[in-house]
Amino acid sequence: MPKRELHPDQWVDRYADYLYNYAVVRVNDEELARDLVQETFVAGLQSAPNFKGDAAERTWLIAILKRKVIDHYRKSNTFKGQAEVRMNFSPQSGQEGDWLEEMAADPESLRENDTIENEELGWAIQECIGRLPKKQAQVFTMKTMRGMRTEDVCKELDINPSNLWVIVHRARTSLMGCLNEIWFKQAP
Amino acid sequence: MISCDQAATICHKNQYREASLGERLRLWAHLLVCRHCARFSRKNSRLTDLCNQASLHVLPEQEKEKLKRRLEKEQGQGPAS
Repeated sequence: MPKRELHPDQWVDRYADYLYNYAVVRVNDEELARDLVQETFVAGLQSAPNFKGDAAERTWLIAILKRKVIDHYRKSNTFKGQAEVRMNFSPQSGQEGDWLEEMAADPESLRENDTIENEELGWAIQECIGRLPKKQAQVFTMKTMRGMRTEDVCKELDINPSNLWVIVHRARTSLMGCLNEIWFKQAP
Repeated sequence: MISCDQAATICHKNQYREASLGERLRLWAHLLVCRHCARFSRKNSRLTDLCNQASLHVLPEQEKEKLKRRLEKEQGQGPAS
């Protein structure tokens, strides 16, 4: 397998949104998520000499971020942080129905699976946006994720509206193809 | 009757709720007779649904610039111990 290399100068453009998404879902706080992403990049730089090149850059960064999220919960001493040591299965331990099997989540409740699936979908979309030419990615993100008005996007990028819709057309057409490729085809 | 190119543009505007009533009517009439565009329109709406479903968060551009500057500074110092 060819050895992979790190390209820290491209990290922000390629992975910032991706990592931010991961963090914001878990800590539910935009400012904190931003800090965690920054800490992740800095830690990544510092431990770059230890990067062995056997994982993809993105996987490696996510692993660092994961540690940061866990550390955050440890420090903040919330219920989530304490959950690692407190192993009471239920608040009324010792009562009838205390067996793990009886405490298991209702398989009919698919909310948890939905969260995971939506997250994977988010990654697939992010991945596809990453494959777009820069201008298309910019316009699509501004319109779709940041919900900016057409005239504001035009002003910021110095293009006219018909230009904008041509770019949107190219971006959306590519994204449909890309998602079809990596999202729908892998589903059983 | 509008062209397929025009229909596509209105279809995109419609994804962002920026198509006027007149445009939507013209699009609707076009989709009735053009199977190709009708299919494209369905796929386009699907993309919108997927993006909503994933509820993606993005970092504001200025935050990214800040991050970049911070990383450049960090890189300039070399790997810290």
